[in-house]
Amino acid sequence: MSFTLIIFYILSAAILGCGLLAVTSAKIFRAAVYLLFSLIGIAGLFFLLENDFIAAVQIVVYVGGIVVLIIFSIFLTHRSGEQMPMPSKKRERIGFIAALAGFALAHGLIYNETFIPTHQPKIEQSVANIGSQMLDTNHFGFVLPFEVVSMLLLAAMIGAIVIAMKVKPKE
Amino acid sequence: MITMLMSVELILNSVNINFIAFNKYLFADKLDGIFFTIFIIVIAAAEAAVAIAIIINLYRSHNSIDVDETNEMKY
Amino acid sequence: MLDGKFISLIVLLPLFSFLILGLFGRKFFKTFSGIVGTTSIFASAIIGFITAYQYFFVIGQTNGVYKQIIALKYTWLQFSPNVSIDMGIILDPISVMMIVVVTFISLMVHIYSLGYMKGEERFSVYYSFLSLFTFSMLGLVLACNIFQIYMFWELVGVSSFLLIGFYYDKPSAVAASKKAFIVTRFADLGFLIGILILSFNAHTLDFQTLIQRLTDPNSEYLHRIVSASFLGASALTWGLVLVFMGGAGKSSMFPLHIWLPDAMEGPTPVSALIHAATMVVAGVYLVARLFPIYALSCPAALHVVAYVGIFSSMFAAIIACTQTDIKRVLAYSTMSQIGFMMFALGVSSYGGENGLGYMASMFHLFTHAMFKALLFLGAGAVIHYVHSNEMKDMGGLRKLMPITHLTFLVACLAIAGIPPFAGFFSKEEILAAAFASNPVIFYLAIATAGLTAFYMFRLYFSIFWNKAFHSHSEHHGEGTGTMLLPLIILGICSIGVGFIPFGNFVTSDGNTLHTEFHPTFSIAPVLIALGGILLAMVFYKKENERPNRVASSIKGIYTITFHKFYFDEIYLFITKKVIFNLIGRPAAWFDRNIVDGFMNLIATITQGISTLIKGFQSGRVQNYAIYFFGGIIGFAILFIYIWR
Repeated sequence: MSFTLIIFYILSAAILGCGLLAVTSAKIFRAAVYLLFSLIGIAGLFFLLENDFIAAVQIVVYVGGIVVLIIFSIFLTHRSGEQMPMPSKKRERIGFIAALAGFALAHGLIYNETFIPTHQPKIEQSVANIGSQMLDTNHFGFVLPFEVVSMLLLAAMIGAIVIAMKVKPKE
Repeated sequence: MITMLMSVELILNSVNINFIAFNKYLFADKLDGIFFTIFIIVIAAAEAAVAIAIIINLYRSHNSIDVDETNEMKY
Repeated sequence: MLDGKFISLIVLLPLFSFLILGLFGRKFFKTFSGIVGTTSIFASAIIGFITAYQYFFVIGQTNGVYKQIIALKYTWLQFSPNVSIDMGIILDPISVMMIVVVTFISLMVHIYSLGYMKGEERFSVYYSFLSLFTFSMLGLVLACNIFQIYMFWELVGVSSFLLIGFYYDKPSAVAASKKAFIVTRFADLGFLIGILILSFNAHTLDFQTLIQRLTDPNSEYLHRIVSASFLGASALTWGLVLVFMGGAGKSSMFPLHIWLPDAMEGPTPVSALIHAATMVVAGVYLVARLFPIYALSCPAALHVVAYVGIFSSMFAAIIACTQTDIKRVLAYSTMSQIGFMMFALGVSSYGGENGLGYMASMFHLFTHAMFKALLFLGAGAVIHYVHSNEMKDMGGLRKLMPITHLTFLVACLAIAGIPPFAGFFSKEEILAAAFASNPVIFYLAIATAGLTAFYMFRLYFSIFWNKAFHSHSEHHGEGTGTMLLPLIILGICSIGVGFIPFGNFVTSDGNTLHTEFHPTFSIAPVLIALGGILLAMVFYKKENERPNRVASSIKGIYTITFHKFYFDEIYLFITKKVIFNLIGRPAAWFDRNIVDGFMNLIATITQGISTLIKGFQSGRVQNYAIYFFGGIIGFAILFIYIWR
C-alpha cells in the first residue's frame, strides 16, 4: 500500500462525494460550491498523474472561469438562499437507473479488456513538448483543431452576447 | 437548469480524467490524450458560456429557472 | 335479309332514342321530343314488320316447320367452357309475333301521347321513359339466353316503376310505383332461384341447349334433375314452379296481383302500353318460351300454371263487377284475360293436336293486345274529356264523343267474344282446348267469359248511356287527331286480326295446326256472353234502381268484393307487424350497435394508441435527455457486444 494509492483513494472519495452532493443538494449555492471542490479534487488528481500543465489549465479555466460564471448566473437569476424544488420520486428513480446502466456499460468494457502498455520510450510531458507538438504541421500536429477551436471560442463569445442581450425599446 | 449545467461539467471532467490516465499508463510515447483534454476543456468553457446566456434569457421570459416550466414545445 | 345486325336495330333504335331524349331532351328538344321518339319507334316497327314478313313467309320454314333461328349471338361473360352468358337475338314464331305486337302497340301509344300529354312540362322525360320501356321489352322477347331475359325483365320492371311514378308529386303515384316494383322484385327472387336450379342442373344458360337437355328422355341431365328431390317434389318441379312465380308476379296472377290496380296511377297511355298489352304478358311469354320443358318433362308444374290462371281469372272478374274507377275495371279485366292465357297454356301439351292450348294462348295474347290497348286509350280519351276517373261523373257521352264511342263499343264486343270480332276467335280456341283436357276448367272458363261480358258492358253503358252528361267546365271537343287516329287503327285491327289463321304461324312445335270452326261448340259461349250483355243493358242503360237493390240484397259479399277481398290489408298487416317488427328491428339494432360499434372500436383503439405515443413529446428537456441516453446505451451495447 503505497502513499500514492492512499492519496488517490482520498482524492477519489472527495471527487465522488462532492460530485454527488453537488447534484442532489437542495440549495443551489451550496451545489455550486460542492462543484468547486469537486473540480479542485480533479485538478489534484491531475497533479498526481504528473501532469502539471493540465492541472493548471483545469484550475484556471474550470474553477476560476466556469464555476465563477455559474455563481454569477445564480446571483443573476435566483435568490440563492431559497429551497429549490426537488425532483419527483419517479424522476429520481429513472436517473438512478440511467446512471447505473452507464456504470455497468463502462465497467463491463474496462474489466474485460486486457490493457497492454506500450514499450516505446517515454516522452516527457512538459509544456515545451506540448506546445511544439500542437503547432506542428506534420502528421501528428494539432494545428488545425487549434485554429478551429479558436474560431469556436469567438463564435461562442458573440453568440452569448447576442442571446443575452436586452433589446432596448425604440424611442 | 443551472444544476443541469453543473452535471454536464462533471461528465466532461470525467472524460478528461480518463484521457489523461490512459495517456500516462498505456501510451506514454504520445501526447494525444493531453491534446484531447485541452480541446475538451476549451469546448466545455465555450458551451458553458452560451448555456448561461440561454439560461438568463429563459429566466427573463419565465421568471424561473425550473426546467419543467419551459415545456411549451409539446404536443 | 335476316341479318343479325339489321335485326338488332329493332332493339337499338329505341335505346338511342332513350339516351338522346334523356340526356338532351330538356335542353334542346322539348316539344320536338315527341316527334323524335315516335319516329324512332316507327322505324323500329317498319324493320319489325319486314322481319316478320321475311320470317313467316320467306325464310323461316324448313320443310313446313318453323325453326328457331339465332340471328345474332355474342358471348358476354364466359364462366367456364360450357357456361356463358350470351347476348343474342332468337327468331322463332312467338318472338317474331311479340316484335310485331310490341312495336305496333308502342307506336300507337306514342302517337296517342302526342295529343294526350301535350302541355306536360316533362314531355321529353316521358318520351325517353317510353323508349326505354320499348327497348327493354324488345330485348326481353328476343333473348336467347335465360340470363339475358332476366336482365331485361328487371329493366322492364324499372321502366314500369319510372312510368307509374311519373307524376311524382302525387303521393299515391309514388306509393303505387314502389308497390309495383317491390312486388315484382319479390317475384323475381323466385325467378332467379328457378334460373339457378335449372341452369345448375343442365349446365347451361342458353335456351336452345336448356330445352334440348331437359326434354330429351335419354339425357342424363334430365335424370339427375328429376331424381334430386326436396320436400317431396323433384328439383325440376321446383325450378319450373319458381320460374313461373316470377312470371306470375310480372303478369299479376294471384296472389302477386296487388300491384296492377294501383299501377293505374300512371298516365293512361302508359297503362295501355305496359299494363295491358306488353309488360304483363311477359310472364305468359316466359312460360311459352320454356313450354317444351313444362309440357314434356314436368306436367305437374303445368297443372300449377293452369290452376293459378283460372283462379286469377275468376277472382279478377268477380272484383271487376263492383269497381267504380274505370281504369281499375280495365286493370282487373286485364288480369282476368291474362289468366285465360295462362290456363290455356296450362291445359295444353306439346306437339300437333295437343298443342291447341299453346296456339290459342298466343292467339289470345295477340288479339288481347289490340283490343285492350284500344280500351285503355279510349278510357284515356274519356278521362281527358271529363277530368275524372269515376263512373259517377260520366254518362251520356255517346253524342259528345262519337268516334271514341264507336271504337270503345268495338273493343267491348271483341273482349266479350262476339263474332265476327277478334276476341271471339281466340276465346273459342281457348275454350276448345280447355274442354278437350279439363272439364272443370272449361266450366269455370265459360262462367268467367259471361262475367267478362257483364262487367265490360256495365262499364260501356255507364260511360256512354245511363244518364245525361253534366259538364262542369269548358270543353275542348273530343280530342285531337293524334288521339283519335290510334283509336281508329286499333279498332280496325280488333275486327281484322281475328281472321288470321294463327295455327299456320305460331304453334308449340312449329308444325301447322289446322283449326276448324265448330258452330255447335261456339254457340254456348256466345249465348252466355249475349246474356251478360243483356243483363248489363237492363241494369245500366238507363239510370235506375236495380243495381242498388241487387247490391243491398247481397250486402256482405258486395262489400268484401268491393274491397278487393281485403288482400291489400292482409299484405300490409304482414309487412308491418311481422316483417318489420320481427326481422327489421333486430337487424337494425345489429347494424347500429355491432357493426358500427366495431368500427367505432377500431377508431377508439387507434385514438388510444396515438394518445400513448403523443406523450413522448412532453416538452421537457429531461425526458428528451433520458431517451437520448437510453439510445446511446442501446447503440453502445449493440455495437460493442453484439456486432463485433
